[in-house]
Amino acid sequence: MQQTPSNNQTGSSAFESDPGLIIGRLREICGEDIITDKPRLAVYEADGLTAKKQLPWVVVLPSTIEQVQEIARLCNQYEVPLVARGAGTGLSGGATPHAEGVLLSLAKFNRILSVDTENLLARVEPGVTNLAISEKVKDLGLYYAPDPSSQVACSIGGNVAENSGGVHCLKYGLTVHNVSKLKIVSPTGELYELGSEAFDSAGYDLLALMHGSEGMLGIVVEVTVKLLPVPEAVCVVMAGFNSVEEAATAVGDIIAAGILPAGLEMMDKPAIRAAEAFVHAGYPTDAEALLLCELDGIKAELETQLGALKQVLENNGAMAVSTAHESEKRARLWLGRKAAFPAVGRLAPDYYCMDGTIPRRQLASVLTRISSMSEEYSLAVANVFHAGDGNLHPLILYDANHPGELKKAEEFGAEILELCIEVGGTITGEHGVGIEKIDQMCVQFSADELTIFHGIKAAFDEKKILNPGKAVPTLHRCAEFGAMHVHRGEEKFPELDRF
Amino acid sequence: MKSEDLSTSLQEQVRAALKNQTPFAIEGCGSKSFYGYPPSPDLNRLDVSAHRGVIDYAPAELVLHARAGTRLSEINQLLSDNNQLLPFEPPDFDGSATIGGLIASGLSGPRRPFAGSARDFVLGVTLLTGSGEILEFGGQVMKNVAGYDVSRLLTGSLGTLGVILDVSLKVLPAPEVEITRSIVVSRQEFQARLQSMQRSMPLSAAAYQDGCLKVRLSGSEVAVSAAGQTIGGEEADDAYWGELNTLECFTGVKNLWRVSVAPASQLFLGGADDGAAVIDWGGGIRWLADPEFNPRKKLAGEDGHATLMKYDKESLLSGVDIFQPLPELLLGIHKKLKQQFDPTGIFNPGRMYRDI
Repeated sequence: MQQTPSNNQTGSSAFESDPGLIIGRLREICGEDIITDKPRLAVYEADGLTAKKQLPWVVVLPSTIEQVQEIARLCNQYEVPLVARGAGTGLSGGATPHAEGVLLSLAKFNRILSVDTENLLARVEPGVTNLAISEKVKDLGLYYAPDPSSQVACSIGGNVAENSGGVHCLKYGLTVHNVSKLKIVSPTGELYELGSEAFDSAGYDLLALMHGSEGMLGIVVEVTVKLLPVPEAVCVVMAGFNSVEEAATAVGDIIAAGILPAGLEMMDKPAIRAAEAFVHAGYPTDAEALLLCELDGIKAELETQLGALKQVLENNGAMAVSTAHESEKRARLWLGRKAAFPAVGRLAPDYYCMDGTIPRRQLASVLTRISSMSEEYSLAVANVFHAGDGNLHPLILYDANHPGELKKAEEFGAEILELCIEVGGTITGEHGVGIEKIDQMCVQFSADELTIFHGIKAAFDEKKILNPGKAVPTLHRCAEFGAMHVHRGEEKFPELDRF
Repeated sequence: MKSEDLSTSLQEQVRAALKNQTPFAIEGCGSKSFYGYPPSPDLNRLDVSAHRGVIDYAPAELVLHARAGTRLSEINQLLSDNNQLLPFEPPDFDGSATIGGLIASGLSGPRRPFAGSARDFVLGVTLLTGSGEILEFGGQVMKNVAGYDVSRLLTGSLGTLGVILDVSLKVLPAPEVEITRSIVVSRQEFQARLQSMQRSMPLSAAAYQDGCLKVRLSGSEVAVSAAGQTIGGEEADDAYWGELNTLECFTGVKNLWRVSVAPASQLFLGGADDGAAVIDWGGGIRWLADPEFNPRKKLAGEDGHATLMKYDKESLLSGVDIFQPLPELLLGIHKKLKQQFDPTGIFNPGRMYRDI
């Protein structure tokens, strides 16, 4: 069902006619920092979506902005696909290489350039890891809020490309809410800035547009992130529930009570049991659902909120309620949730992580539907859920060595995503479309909407050299996929034949 | 609350206009008609004000979905009845502001530095494009990275990319109490004073005017009163923020410049000749009332931009740029985007930039 990108969107004339010329020019630009031999290319054959492997034609590892500009200019001139890559931890194949393209690694852009304690900003290179920023400013009592679970490894440039989230989004927002300025290299090799150290900028909000654009509009070469003061006080409350419905109601009641948790996570029974067996976090293994609720803020405020939270939990029949103030105890409660993916990974040789978002009120019915799909496909599933913001991560268990099982898992996953759209949600909350969910884009968007996306792409990248084949499907591909998304009664792709 | 869906009628008007190539000035209730370049008098009006009503609002979801013509006053009332609010504190200049107009203008109020801006809370938009199509971008959920972030791109685009038909916004719980304190501090010291407060005070607004640092504290009763005591100064009227937000405090000013800079910037702090009349957004906005110079000249080399927020006829005739001119490369991208959304330029021609 899913394919690695083929070179059907860009001309391949340079690659076919004179590959040596381009390699030679890349060598002039990058010196030794170029990889063309298969064993070393293999390091880059996949990102976090390891099921999709593709050797790049060539990898370059520039260390200056000028080099990136020259590489872009060269690729644009010869219409060679150019795929930017940060740490390669993305889960949707956004950095999957192009067989006939240049893979541009930003790994050498790994410096924190400056920290501005007056305006609470840090200027960093795109290859800096998410966590390194918070580590750097820790002694100043500051931190960078978005914390995707891969934060020790994922790069800030990749966070911008995917508009990454994490467990603290409900209160602190996504990457787009926490970046004030970007330096971008255009596909024609020009360097420009979007955003500002001020709170806003003139013109259209291109800064927002660049977030989550999956390397399709420009190459991020510098990021200015916003820093926040470390909250004065933090506490984590864990509560078990006898049913998913009860836990879901409790989540709604917490919000309705005017509490805005820093983090609000839910796990279902298979996820609780897997996590508990793996890290012994002290989770109640007889519970059908588990909530972890983190509150933070000013001490006096926190006490009031904690009282209100406990009341809500009690009213909803919570059991095994446990509160942790000290950082060690908090970390232990979080440990199970943070280790949920690897913990579930121990239950089967492979798992496939989905990333839909749904209106929270649909949670119970969506989980019931997923559970019946699980029976239909004979594949087990465990659910972890960013309950505060409706972002659901079903983990489908399968065995890739078992013929046909990967395909089955992918079909199961696709059906979950389509369910998310059906209930008013989206196919991706934070992992991005990449190549993984490109067919479901045909279900979520109409032909006219996709046409606007292609138009936006063309406004930034006329020759379509940046990350071709990702994020936005061609209308042709959608017609082949055959998704009939009837939008406002209009037939989709009326201009195309039906196969 | 009035509720009517006029999408089809608006779409028909746009399709008819497309045939005849007669451009529109998109209009809600006209509360921000002073903002941006004035529409040419021979333009037809596309009145969106009757396309109104809340489509969906479930307080526990923290999401509100409303048609463009819905009045801000009605939305604020509905949210307040449920102890919630629009965190970006949008201005209502004459009491008739519509939510569509607010998102099109992208304006945010005093809470912005502490809570976020209009675009930060936009989750989805339904757009009537310049090709007469009705398209949906984003949605009613808080995390959504499918497709380019068109909803945020539209926020602040002043109707130049299409007609916003409806919008979904993230809302938040309202603070239990709010108080305002006024502290006498010199111009040289107010930024340092404010920075020291940011660590442990529940700030929701901070401005500097006439030798006083005004701060608003929001949160639980216990936290706010404790913070108020620590901060000292005198109690002040909360209405101050409303008057600042709606520019009422600048009544009588002919040319009002809004200069957006980094909060710690040293620009326009000085004496009477180049000092800002009011500094809002914790330092991020410097309001200059009838300056004798063009503030853009002093911005060179520093991050920031200046907007002529209110102007008299003379300034307009003098050809001053209302919005900060864009670098050539960015202007090129703007034009190409305009071309994609509104290929024949029928929406708000020249409202934002002369050739967009």
